[in-house]
Amino acid sequence: MGAITNTVAQVREMTEEKYKYGFVTHIETETAPKGLNEDIIRFISAKKSEPGWLLDWRLKAYRYWLNMSEPRWQKPQFPEIDYQDAYYYSAPKSMSDKPKSLDEVDPELLKTYEKLGIPLHEQEVLAGVAVDAVFDSVSVATTFKAKLEEVGVIFCPISEAVQRCPDLVKKYLGSVVPYTDNKHATLNSAVFTDGSFVYVPKGIRCPMELSTYFRINAENTGQFERTLIIADEDSYVSYLEGCTAPMRDENQLHAAVVELITLDNAEIKYSTVQNWYPGDKNGRGGIYNFVTKRGACRGRNSKISWTQVETGSAITWKYPSCILQGDNSVGEFFSIAITNNAQQADTGTKMIHLGQNTKSKIISKGISAGRADQTYRGLVRMGPKAAGARNYTQCDSLLIGDTCGAHTVPYIESKNKKALVEHEATTSKISEDQLFYLRQRGIDEESAVALVVNGFCREVLQQLPMEFAVEAQKLVGISLEGSVG
Amino acid sequence: MLEIKNLHVAVDGKEILKGIDLIINAGETHAIMGPNGSGKSTLSYTLAGREGYDVTKGRILYKHQDLGEMSPEERAGNGVFLAFQYPVEIPGVPNTTFLKEALNAVRRYRGEEELDAMSFIKLVRQKTKELGISEDMLKRAVNVGFSGGEKKRNEILQMAILNPVLAVLDETDSGLDIDALKIVSDGVNALRSPERATLVITHYQRLLDHIVPDYVHVLANGRIQRSGGKELANELEEKGYSEFAEAAE
Amino acid sequence: MHEITEHLVKNFEGQLPHLPGSDLNWVEAMRRSGLELFNDVGLPNTKMEEWKYTRLRTLEDTRFQPVNEGNGAAKVDQLPTLFTGQKEIPRIVFVNGCLRTDLSDLDNLPDGVLVHSLSGSLAYDPVWVRSYLGRIGQMDSRPLFALNTAMMNSGAIVRVRKGVIVKSPIEMIFVAGLTNVPVAYYPRNLIVLEENSQATLINIHDGLGVGPYFANSVTEVDVGNNANLRHYRVQTENLEATHIGSMHVRVANEANYETFSMSAGGRLSRTEAFVRLEGEGAHCRVNGAYFMKGREHCDNTTVIEHVVPHTKCREVFKGVLDDEACGVFQGKIIVHKDAQKADGHQLSRALLLSDKAEMDAKPELEIYADDVKCSHGATSGQIDESALFYLRSRGIPDALARNMLIRSFMAEAFEEITDEKVRDAMANLFMHRLPAQCFLSEEWTRDKLSNE
Repeated sequence: MGAITNTVAQVREMTEEKYKYGFVTHIETETAPKGLNEDIIRFISAKKSEPGWLLDWRLKAYRYWLNMSEPRWQKPQFPEIDYQDAYYYSAPKSMSDKPKSLDEVDPELLKTYEKLGIPLHEQEVLAGVAVDAVFDSVSVATTFKAKLEEVGVIFCPISEAVQRCPDLVKKYLGSVVPYTDNKHATLNSAVFTDGSFVYVPKGIRCPMELSTYFRINAENTGQFERTLIIADEDSYVSYLEGCTAPMRDENQLHAAVVELITLDNAEIKYSTVQNWYPGDKNGRGGIYNFVTKRGACRGRNSKISWTQVETGSAITWKYPSCILQGDNSVGEFFSIAITNNAQQADTGTKMIHLGQNTKSKIISKGISAGRADQTYRGLVRMGPKAAGARNYTQCDSLLIGDTCGAHTVPYIESKNKKALVEHEATTSKISEDQLFYLRQRGIDEESAVALVVNGFCREVLQQLPMEFAVEAQKLVGISLEGSVG
Repeated sequence: MLEIKNLHVAVDGKEILKGIDLIINAGETHAIMGPNGSGKSTLSYTLAGREGYDVTKGRILYKHQDLGEMSPEERAGNGVFLAFQYPVEIPGVPNTTFLKEALNAVRRYRGEEELDAMSFIKLVRQKTKELGISEDMLKRAVNVGFSGGEKKRNEILQMAILNPVLAVLDETDSGLDIDALKIVSDGVNALRSPERATLVITHYQRLLDHIVPDYVHVLANGRIQRSGGKELANELEEKGYSEFAEAAE
Repeated sequence: MHEITEHLVKNFEGQLPHLPGSDLNWVEAMRRSGLELFNDVGLPNTKMEEWKYTRLRTLEDTRFQPVNEGNGAAKVDQLPTLFTGQKEIPRIVFVNGCLRTDLSDLDNLPDGVLVHSLSGSLAYDPVWVRSYLGRIGQMDSRPLFALNTAMMNSGAIVRVRKGVIVKSPIEMIFVAGLTNVPVAYYPRNLIVLEENSQATLINIHDGLGVGPYFANSVTEVDVGNNANLRHYRVQTENLEATHIGSMHVRVANEANYETFSMSAGGRLSRTEAFVRLEGEGAHCRVNGAYFMKGREHCDNTTVIEHVVPHTKCREVFKGVLDDEACGVFQGKIIVHKDAQKADGHQLSRALLLSDKAEMDAKPELEIYADDVKCSHGATSGQIDESALFYLRSRGIPDALARNMLIRSFMAEAFEEITDEKVRDAMANLFMHRLPAQCFLSEEWTRDKLSNE
């Protein structure tokens, strides 16, 4: 009972909090003029003192983007986005002189992160987690950098990596998600401002969890971060990503790109707890979370594992994928998506099996409540050379209340007889029996729902690193608040 | 009848059998005993010709022919029978149909006439009766929904019907209660004759109380560590496999 | 307008006076609305989500001509029936889109059952036909349904009156092929089972010869309150045929609809079933089997809608793909808002026999009510190696062992057919597609699949 009472207490605590990350930090910012054109891109590139090849790449992407149309195959539909009505660069003024250490960082910024539960002073930080804090368009601080450098791990803002290790960035940037991939990713390629870069050298097991915390603060600003993680042969790294934004009435665009690369015998574990502002009860405001995340298992026996807990955003459009190129490589996708009120999510994964004996596993748990609408969309493709490949997919959806929707759209394509694909999906309502049982034992209805849902998600929650698991479990409770009765 | 010479077998590139020598003559019953992971099942699958069990060195002669050249069904046609440790479930294929297909296939190999439906039913009825198998088991799909004991009895029924020359019993005693063990042993013993041979593969000596072997071999770490008469089995029962396991390291 | 689209409709005005119901204004209006929709949307292409996996290459490559009377007189040596040698089975037969009274036999129809050709029915009772035809299926975004509506030139209209229980199955047979030029024909069927009636109907589409032709068929089905329809479909088109067939079904209170589509031939075939469970207690079983070889492409697409509370559906599709064949299964279960207590289950399994065979599956759930039990499963793989080894170790030759396992794999689908005679006939037909069939001993070709 210990665990249960604990959770119930947590959930209760949450119910009073609503979206506790909805505050705004009042800080002087340096902002590029509104709108999007080649000059803005040149401005961003100049701000970051980028080399010519990168500016060229950005411009190529931009020109390509001009002729692209928005993806329309997803279930959530939304009004045309006016790309000229947004800011593409916003940074706290205090960051323009590039503070050398945490002591030089604007205390107002540090306070913001503290309020978000992410203290940046190393002594206060959970031991074992290095954090890169991104505020609107720039990285504010990266902790434990020195300690990581001792073992050769590079963990820094991508703008810094462009200066420090241009060869690595040049080699891998856009190699998994090309600038032509889709409208959102192409836009990101043109205007990305910051994000994290990780390189784990041969034979190194990264000694701590790496983490980036994204915060959108400024009004009318899109966030376009770009993350690139390279795990060289025989290395391992676990990376966590968290996100929040203030409550604003207009929709804000978040179009990130994440690229992962694993070489022989390397492993990347990428976990996300996404809690962008979901909009209010009536569907006003909230983040459009249009993210392209993809990993390439280039090496033999390499592994990429995606774990995501998606509770925020007005619209989520996101399919963290694995391209399993190396023989015996492994891809995993564990997902919990919770939509409540007027939220919409279209999320899932792609597992592209190219190499022999490649394995993939997909466990997706979707919970829909209120008037929300959620779709699992997943692709499993067995290429003609993927002999001995295997996929197992389990997708479960839970509906709470009769005004929400839950949909499952898997695409299963097999071009190899020696590949085995197994897919199962279920949709059901939350069990009355379980709820009644818990309530009979004195647990109120809302807590009972949170408990049952936590149980439903258990398989995925277990995949999260310890530090994140508790937070994620709480989130499950908060997100469903007000969904019963 | 069976002559195994310096047999090396690899599975997935890993060498499991590392040089086995064994001669079995007609009329004899041999037992191979050994700890888990010693290569017992690898030997039985290799004899039956399972794909993925690669003979990397040495060879197996059966009635002076190279067994390695034959497909699994040719081996069966030539009288090699393997009673599986884990009989495979085949939904949708009725047991009788399976038995009939198998029997007629084997008869064709031997140049015998196929049995007509009537004689086949008669034969199956007789064998099921002798082995105390319920006719209900015949109607069900092959091994589907069978208990562990039923599956093993079904193996012995197939053996009785196919009438093999060399029977290999892989852990046939596992999962059997004492009554079932007796039925299975009686079935095996009934087939013993001067023209046939039996190879019993087992972890425990228990089965050998019922199917008394002429020779006992101890297999550990991919090699036969010791051979002897049936008294060796009793010795193993007392002392266990530890000395062989260590010797093999 | 796209050139292909243009070609398919170019003879419309010329054909119109000769098509069934040409004297009826409402029929002409219906045809024109179909034509307009087809012209607007054009031929389906792979950019359309519903056609993602099936490209109508054969329609793009060939110029199909309308059928004429000469085509209809083609010689049929052996009637493709599920009940060979059984004379008392009522059947209506069309050859290349023309009714063949010499091959049809409707003398033994029980009282209360009416079977006419489309043109016969439009002449006999147009008011009744009008109240159903084109009112069951939705043409929007289904261009080939629209094309059929514009061009429909054959087909059977079946009416089973209130409370009538029809014991004998009724066959609707369509034979095509043996024409000098590639032809297109458009059967349009209507099946109406009134309250408390029961019937078993079988649609057979068979091909003669080797030349290409295009069969675009539409069947509208209305299953009335507490009625029970078993509706089976066999498709054995020839090697170069293109067959696009759709069924549009609505099922009323406490009614049952059972269908099984057997696809065993055709260069490119697609069978669509759109079923709406519109009455409480409605129940449907939508099943199928396919066995494709060579470069055949077979698509089964189903959409089952739970519109009201307390409805149930079950779907089992199984297929075998050999050589360079390609199989597609798209199955969607939709539970509308307030259709509580919906119970839906769907299964798609494919067996790939060759390195070049391909299977694409898209099982979908779209759910807007919370008190539901819905699930689907999909698998794709090869013959179970351990079962194969087990059989071979008992002396069964490799080819036979494979056939046994293919047969056992398919059993699960055939067991869904509740009419025993049809089940045996379908299974038998399937057996003839097995490679090296000579290896099979008698009881496999003759007997039932179940463990009797």
